[in-house]
Amino acid sequence: MHIPDGFLNVATVATTCAVSAGGVGNAVRIANRKLGEKHVPLMGVLAAFIFAAQMLNFPIAGGTSGHVIGAALAAILLGPWASVLIMSCVLIAQSLIFQDGGLLALGANIFNMGIVASFSGYYLYRLVVSIMGESRRSQLIGGFVGAWGSVFLASVACALELALSGVSPLAVVLPAMAGVHALIGIGEGLITGGVLSLVLATRADLLKLRKI
Amino acid sequence: MKKKWWLVAFLVCLAVASFSPLASSSPDGLERVAEDKGFIDLGQESPFQIIADYVFPGIENEALATIVAGLIGTTVLFGVAYGIAWLVKTKASG
Repeated sequence: MHIPDGFLNVATVATTCAVSAGGVGNAVRIANRKLGEKHVPLMGVLAAFIFAAQMLNFPIAGGTSGHVIGAALAAILLGPWASVLIMSCVLIAQSLIFQDGGLLALGANIFNMGIVASFSGYYLYRLVVSIMGESRRSQLIGGFVGAWGSVFLASVACALELALSGVSPLAVVLPAMAGVHALIGIGEGLITGGVLSLVLATRADLLKLRKI
Repeated sequence: MKKKWWLVAFLVCLAVASFSPLASSSPDGLERVAEDKGFIDLGQESPFQIIADYVFPGIENEALATIVAGLIGTTVLFGVAYGIAWLVKTKASG
């Protein structure tokens, strides 16, 4: 879902850059207050894992592929603001080094896959766990729901930006983006659930870290 | 804390990255929509290229070039995120 340069107009670029800059600044401030020694290696591992996993496009219907975003996983393990930091690292590196996602579109990409995906994934997960309890099963279901919702809502944000930029009418681009990503979100949900179940089996204490 | 659990986790990430040549090369969700709705041509190339499209330049074997790009990116991201977290972390432990 990495937007290249050329899709977004100046107003949308400026707005999303300003919002994302504010969001990342706030993430740094909050991490500065809450992030401790034990969070540090997990921040590195999650950024590395999300980069690697994003390279693995999986096929979905109709000659289309998708890849995980990873924000829901990071947000569930470390909290939404830490996830915004991790996703920003990944997206900036992808844009600067790998020419994946435009430089001017970085603000929009951080907004969609960093901010929207992290917060929606985190709060959907918390919602499911608060309804179903802290069992392993409810954590895995929460992970699936949060991950699916994070992809779906990130794609809705992306569609809104494309429509506001005038590249395609909202009535066209919104159902198209949301439809494709409702499918891709299933992959995100399964992979997030799989990783969570691995973490629960091997290092369940990581899920108990203070959320940032 | 078991010793250096994250080193094992990082090696797993490198292993994940080395599967990258098996990834689907079909357009992703946004590219598919951009093609179908006729705005894919608005996309602009980057003004510079370093490891464009996750293929390390100068390696003939494309699968190997992709693996090298993946290993570099995974290592860079581990280092950058670890470094930023280390710099940002509060002095209090926990």
